Amino acid sequence: MTDHYGYTAAKPPLRESSEQLRARVPGWGVDLDPQDRPSVPKLQLDPDATGAHWEFPERQPEHWPRERSIEHQFLTPVFGTAQPPRGLSGAIRKLAYARYSEGRAAHWLLLMAADRVDTVGSTLTSLASPHPDNLLAETGVLSEFKAHGLRSRLGERRTDVVHHPLDPIIVAGPWLLLGVVAYRTAKRVASRLRG
Amino acid sequence: MKAMTYRGPYRVRVEEKDRPRIEHPNDAIVRVALAAICGSDLHLYHGMMPDTRVGHTFGHEFIGVVDEVGPSVENLQVGDRVMVPFNVFCGTCFFCARGLYSNCHNVNPNATAVGGIYGYSHTTGGYDGGQAEFVRVPFADVGPSKIPDWMEDEDAVLLTDALATGYFGAQLGDIVEGDVVIVFGSGPVGLFAAKSAWLMGAGRVIVIDHLEHRLEKARTFAQAETYNFTEHDDIVVKMKKITDFLGADVAIDAVGAEADGNLIQHVTSAKLKLQGGSPVALNWAIDSVRKGGTVSVMGAYGPLFSAVKFGDAMNKGLTLRMNQCPVKRQWPRLFEHVHNGHLKPSDIVTHRIPLEHIAEGYHMFSAKLDGMIKPLITVSATS
Ligand SMILES: NC(=O)c1ccc[n+]([C@@H]2O[C@H](COP(=O)([O-])OP(=O)(O)OC[C@H]3O[C@@H](n4cnc5c(N)ncnc54)[C@H](O)[C@@H]3O)[C@@H](O)[C@H]2O)c1
Ligand SMILES: [Zn+2]
Ligand SMILES: [Zn+2]
Repeated sequence: MTDHYGYTAAKPPLRESSEQLRARVPGWGVDLDPQDRPSVPKLQLDPDATGAHWEFPERQPEHWPRERSIEHQFLTPVFGTAQPPRGLSGAIRKLAYARYSEGRAAHWLLLMAADRVDTVGSTLTSLASPHPDNLLAETGVLSEFKAHGLRSRLGERRTDVVHHPLDPIIVAGPWLLLGVVAYRTAKRVASRLRG
Repeated sequence: MKAMTYRGPYRVRVEEKDRPRIEHPNDAIVRVALAAICGSDLHLYHGMMPDTRVGHTFGHEFIGVVDEVGPSVENLQVGDRVMVPFNVFCGTCFFCARGLYSNCHNVNPNATAVGGIYGYSHTTGGYDGGQAEFVRVPFADVGPSKIPDWMEDEDAVLLTDALATGYFGAQLGDIVEGDVVIVFGSGPVGLFAAKSAWLMGAGRVIVIDHLEHRLEKARTFAQAETYNFTEHDDIVVKMKKITDFLGADVAIDAVGAEADGNLIQHVTSAKLKLQGGSPVALNWAIDSVRKGGTVSVMGAYGPLFSAVKFGDAMNKGLTLRMNQCPVKRQWPRLFEHVHNGHLKPSDIVTHRIPLEHIAEGYHMFSAKLDGMIKPLITVSATS
């Protein structure tokens, strides 16, 4: 019963022996010993190995009330200071952090909602700034011509090609929606003024 | 300075930004020479990662030259050529003290469920990243290493994430001599995981993807046996057939949140953001591995729930192992392997793109155009 592996005790033989593999694959087996690998065992207590010369790091100054997970005991001694929360999106972010733990879907869904509000708000305000958003340049779609957009997608049996048409909708969708709302509101206002 | 900034899903641009400042006595400012775009950046680019703010500079794979150091920095000097692991980490918290640098407790106020990562949204700490002329590097005495003289820049930048992660992924597979290993995903992480599986004595290494140019690379760079999942009605059954119906000993997910192969899973996660990530490859890994086998997850998923086939994993008695890679812990051994020629990371680099053209780089990498596998971003000369 050699061809009923799994149903009998033997392990199926390999097509290539270790000697054959060592000859074919450069470096085969240089880390053969499972105990002699950098992340084995997972936990290796060695606080002197890192170059750190503190027990607890000095605290970085906090220039604004830094939002933090309520699962932390306190603000971590070091943190990023990029893009402080601002405007409506900032208010939503602060609420997500102050109110909901990381264990709650509401925490993440509010943050995602804030991300969308941030995008729409930032794009609108950019239009009045010296650096208005340029969707054509920012989406990088012009590379389609230089980088063989069609040839890269056809020829192969790529499954992702099916959903590529959704991408422009994700980029343009909020603007179309905003356009429709603006148009409807304008129409309503106009008819009110007339009537 | 010039920096890549996020403007919204599928939109990035290069703009003038303030140069980062020393904000903590152990900070350094690094002038970036070379950076890279990672498959992880696509999750941000597509708007899948919560708390990705407009104006954020991405980039967690970079090397450069120390431009300024804070008053408590002892191990680095201005002018040093350094490579910086993608993890921001303190070196002394409960987790760092035990070697889990990717799970540092002192650098990410925004979440306890993930450590600090450069340029990877506020969910990983709100640090601007290295796809820019300058970057703030916290804990300069702990994170960065001087680049050895013999090491080439392109190899060094790949050691800051992709190579270390692939190698780590193979380790979490607990591979022993003669194991059959399936790697899902033939991107940079998958290619390096496949190559690393051989170093650990795998008896057979199989790589799955749907992009032919990447599978070709898996054959030439990683000497792997490859299967295109679009050519098989059911890739799990195919894997059973080629493993005597037993299943593989080890499977590695090197795909993550945007996995294709099931339109509903992909669209509900990558497009509609209703799941933390599309677990198609993870589910295939769970179903392709033999009972009692190990699944190593290197693919990244968002913090929301994902539709993972947990019942199968439980009933099969699988070992599931996973983490963000603690990069610096891998370096001493990987430096040896690169030095000895066992590994040549830069062999997978396909494109070198100047920072000014990064928006096109993102589009090409996202849409997988022009045979792109690993794009590097050239920022400035090293010396
Ligand atoms: N754990 C870590 O520390 C760590 C570090 C770096 C990257 N990552 C993650 O690893 C993953 C891969 O990164 P990368 O840079 O190689 O990305 P990538 O996007 O270049 O590669 C992913 C590959 O998976 C393929 N793929 C899609 N669906 C598949 C499926 N169902 N089965 C098999 N292959 C499929 C794609 O065609 C692509 O070639 C990402 O999720 C990234 O976030 C994790
Ligand atoms: Zn990465
Ligand atoms: Zn730490």
